[in-house]
Amino acid sequence: MIIVVKYFASISDAVGKTSEKIVLQHEMTVGEVWTDVSKNIKYAGKVMTAVNHEYVDENYLLRDEDEVAFFPPVTGG
Amino acid sequence: MYIEIINEEFDPWQKLVDYKKSQLKDRKNIGACSVFLGTMRDINSGDEIKSMELQHYPEMTESYLEKISENAIKKYKIIDTIILHRVGLVSPSDPIVLVATWSEHREDAFDATREIMEALKSEAPFWKKESTDKGFRWVEPQAEISEDMNEA
Repeated sequence: MIIVVKYFASISDAVGKTSEKIVLQHEMTVGEVWTDVSKNIKYAGKVMTAVNHEYVDENYLLRDEDEVAFFPPVTGG
Repeated sequence: MYIEIINEEFDPWQKLVDYKKSQLKDRKNIGACSVFLGTMRDINSGDEIKSMELQHYPEMTESYLEKISENAIKKYKIIDTIILHRVGLVSPSDPIVLVATWSEHREDAFDATREIMEALKSEAPFWKKESTDKGFRWVEPQAEISEDMNEA
């Protein structure tokens, strides 16, 4: 299973990239993917998650070709 | 309903006049228009802000602004809405966001415009990065805005 992961704003800075493709060897939730990709970075703030451009919580179970986004709370307007 | 993400300086009032003339000229039942314009301040958290970079998540932004507009149209008696939002490099006093709603009576337009702005600030995926004398920093949201949002 392959997913695309996108990072924005301060999380993109912390991760050092804006996006990447990740091969999942088994079913994973969004929260598990975040735990995995963030294990070597310094980011202590809140993390928002979206899958296929919709907000989801950490328990969302990912499917093949999902687009996952991790970003800090929004500050538009 | 009209949504536009704009990557250059724009005149919000001219945009508003142009939209009214082209899209709403035959809507004779309009009795009220409520407008909110957000502009960039040169001071934030006690520091002078030289400029600001507005980033967004393009594939998600427009669909969320559409949802926010649709929700307001369903909830209030709204004839039409417009949301314009800047991205890219902005300078102090530059327009950042314009929200306008049209209705028969003022209460619906007032309430819908405020609701759209509050939803935009808590849901639409935009982020601000400020440039100060101390360097760059990402703007933190106000505490009350993000409390209800999902977290990983």
